[in-house]
Amino acid sequence: MAERTFEIWRGDRSGGEFKEYTEEVDEGMVVLDMLHRIQARQANDLSIRWNCKAGKCGSCSMEINGMPRLACMTRMNQLPAEGKIKVQPMKTFPLIKDLVTDVSWNYRQNERIRPFKPPAPDSDGKYRFQQADADRVQEFRKCIECFLCQNTCHVLRDHRKQEHFVGPRFMIRVASLEMHPLDTDDRIPDLKNEFGSGWCNITRCCTEVCPESINITDNGIIPMKERVVDRYYDPVARILRAITGGGKKLPTA
Amino acid sequence: MAIDVKELKTIEHDVLVVGAGGAGLRAAIECSAQGLNTGVVTKSLLGKAHTVMAEGGMAAALGNVDRRDNWKIHFRDTMRGGKFLNNWRMAELHAKQAPDRVNELERWGAVFDRTPDGLINQRNFGGHRYPRLAHVGDRTGLELIRTLQDHGIHQGFSVYAEFCALDLLLDDGRVAGLVGYFRETGEFVVFKTKAVIFATGGGGKCWRVTSNSWEYTGDGFGLALRAGAELQDMEFTQFHPTGMVWPLSVRGILVTEGVRGEGGILLNNKGERFMFNYIPERFKSETADTEEEANRWLAGDKNARRPPELLTRDVVARAILAEVKAGRGSPKGGAFLDIASRRSAEDIKRKLPSMYHQFKVLAELDITQEPMQVGPTLHYFMGGIRVDADSQMSSLPGLFACGECSAGLHGANRLGGNSLSDLIVFGRLAGLGAAEYIKGLEKTPAPSDEQIEAIVKEATAPLHRETGPNPFQVHDELQEIMGEHVGIVREGPSLEEGIQKLEGLREKVAAVKAHPSAQFNAGWNEALDLRNLLLTGLAVAKAAKMREESRGAHTRLDFEGEREEWGKANVVVRLGEDGGVEVRRVERPDPPEELSKIAYATLEELEGGNG
Ligand SMILES: Cc1cc2nc3c(=O)[nH]c(=O)nc-3n(C[C@H](O)[C@H](O)[C@H](O)COP(=O)(O)OP(=O)(O)OC[C@H]3O[C@@H](n4cnc5c(N)ncnc54)[C@H](O)[C@@H]3O)c2cc1C
Ligand code: SF4
Ligand code: SF4
Ligand code: FES
Repeated sequence: MAERTFEIWRGDRSGGEFKEYTEEVDEGMVVLDMLHRIQARQANDLSIRWNCKAGKCGSCSMEINGMPRLACMTRMNQLPAEGKIKVQPMKTFPLIKDLVTDVSWNYRQNERIRPFKPPAPDSDGKYRFQQADADRVQEFRKCIECFLCQNTCHVLRDHRKQEHFVGPRFMIRVASLEMHPLDTDDRIPDLKNEFGSGWCNITRCCTEVCPESINITDNGIIPMKERVVDRYYDPVARILRAITGGGKKLPTA
Repeated sequence: MAIDVKELKTIEHDVLVVGAGGAGLRAAIECSAQGLNTGVVTKSLLGKAHTVMAEGGMAAALGNVDRRDNWKIHFRDTMRGGKFLNNWRMAELHAKQAPDRVNELERWGAVFDRTPDGLINQRNFGGHRYPRLAHVGDRTGLELIRTLQDHGIHQGFSVYAEFCALDLLLDDGRVAGLVGYFRETGEFVVFKTKAVIFATGGGGKCWRVTSNSWEYTGDGFGLALRAGAELQDMEFTQFHPTGMVWPLSVRGILVTEGVRGEGGILLNNKGERFMFNYIPERFKSETADTEEEANRWLAGDKNARRPPELLTRDVVARAILAEVKAGRGSPKGGAFLDIASRRSAEDIKRKLPSMYHQFKVLAELDITQEPMQVGPTLHYFMGGIRVDADSQMSSLPGLFACGECSAGLHGANRLGGNSLSDLIVFGRLAGLGAAEYIKGLEKTPAPSDEQIEAIVKEATAPLHRETGPNPFQVHDELQEIMGEHVGIVREGPSLEEGIQKLEGLREKVAAVKAHPSAQFNAGWNEALDLRNLLLTGLAVAKAAKMREESRGAHTRLDFEGEREEWGKANVVVRLGEDGGVEVRRVERPDPPEELSKIAYATLEELEGGNG
């Protein structure tokens, strides 16, 4: 098969540049395979994060030809057949080296969320709830914490409101707890006051890049924003919703 | 370069857990609950360990789907699957405690798939008599690790992510901590601790075709051996029958056994359902012998016997290999795995969503329409660090081990789903064991500066070399040797040749050169991992050579069938005075009478008692 040329960002916090590498592409290869080939043959010290090579761990997030993607799930034959392939680290997070960024901010957001709080189980020590109730939260629990949505959300990427908004990943983490059939805690005040739910203006860019196809905005964020509205802005919001027909055009709350 | 040990960053904990997979996180949660000041180190980020990749489920005799199930039958299945080489006590503890541990996960927020009654659903898997695997579609590992992670971050232990442990520190024959480095900066850190718990996983990266990631370089085995601890059962390396065979770049990536659990069948290029020809004597009475009966089983007939595709992994892997060797393989050198003609597209997408996605993206194949092509892939280490069944302490005081890096529970062959339950049962017990041990310590052990200096010196050597082999190429050579000489079927002379070749790699491993920057430097990381890979490879090869029989996952062409005398012994590995890998045969104690009765009982004698 043909040779392809990659422009890969090489550098660290003190600076860097794109460097070109050309390697042979075999049938069926993904971008991560090519990066490994370059690492083994030309650039032993190239830094890449990866684990599973099957879209399950969310380690290999980067920007490929400008698109936030998992390198292990991006096939070479999905990319334009001509021209160089540009690979760079996620922009929203501080750079460590080459394609690896410091994503620790995300882990700190998770720590701020009140943990799951179940009631006592049934007398036989078991819990009972239906699959239909599990379905809603299982969608959010598919999240592999690749942080591509966090990288894409303009509130974090362009406006840099990390101090104010936890980002889409943690909005659905809260949703997964709030909609959990067994949970008894209340995180609605935190959503409004601590997690900055009002910053999201429902552009759905996060949903578009999610490799797990989680409907982040419509199934997770909007219902959470609605609960905030119901709690704090009733009854005005109710009337508004009746007029606009559903939650989709809510003023940001 | 002179190293001033006083300048190195030093961190103190009561206990340090190495590994943040299911076993490590469960151990850390227990250590915290026991009031220990606890640290956790992991080579990757939190939530990314191997456990995240597990698909099919975790085995526990909850009896939610079939009331006839109970711990005794789980125990019996585990022993039979392990060809009776399991540690009896561990198999007992595991079968008895797994249901509580699974229920505990639910208390911590896990959302398992449900039965119509609203209970945790359970699916069929190879070697398990009843539907026993609690699961979440085909992403059970993600559910497990995320539940432990989200619960764990509120339990007060410290996590040091992207940190690689290099070697243990000792004081007077006891563990006193360890030295390692942050991958991000290359900065060395000395951990001073009273105990260390290894939950480092396996060593699949010794082979090229494997379902394992870069993390699986056998670090736990290497570190334990160098510190004087013993390993056991290293010859038992599990080849999972169904790895992807194409495209080449994803060769080895796992296709969950859940596909067969949901009704998937194996076919050769003549369209024959060949597993009917490979049913071992021991399983004949419990396995369907016609397609008609197998289909009835799938439809839910409780009187029908299980289809042969769900025989234990060693049997299925060898059958696929035999079909390919006989010229009946698929075009890409495997067997066909067909679920498309067995289940509706909708069912497949709901029950096996990540398999659907994985094939769609990586192989451009729609598994609801076409069969997959699959072949054996190195998947799991049954062997590992030799531990006490109740406390999980190794032969080195203060070193504990749990999860895939420890030996005993699975004997000669692991049943699918028994690993995830292993992690939570023995992770907890290791935490309890460490707490007990620390209580009994008279003084806090203190490592010498000389040990610390020696570890740092050895680790930085590849950065200072002018010339030397490329570590990636040396790793490649090692995989070549293991693939050729220590594969799925083995033979004495070839094993001996492999051992000689591996010994020959020693000098190369000691001479590798890395690009001279310690910051997130993959080449340097690889150079350091090679020491552990080599020790792991040698341990497997030498143990495989010593065991002159075929049992479970270990097949010797020159010694067919199980030999009675080898059913009574384990192969134990340690390092000799000269640093060489030494193996010896250790007789097994007689099984407790009570357990022995259960293991050899008929199903009818054991069924029921669960609610
Ligand atoms: C694709 C796949 C599917 C599977 N499906 C199933 C299934 O359905 N059911 C089942 O029961 N089992 C399954 N298994 C097996 C099971 O997932 C593993 O055996 C299990 O997750 C291992 O868990 P662990 O906690 O022992 O180690 P891991 O989860 O692998 O964690 C090891 C940890 O140790 C750390 N570590 C290693 N070396 C060092 C070092 N030197 N310094 C610091 N940290 C270190 C790693 O970074 C990591 O955090 C599957 C395995 C694979 C690969
Ligand atoms: S929908 Fe909200 S969270 Fe998602 S990208 Fe847009 S602003 Fe960000
Ligand atoms: S929600 Fe989707 S994009 Fe965001 S972190 Fe999770 S998997 Fe990644
Ligand atoms: S390597 Fe795990 S998602 Fe890409």
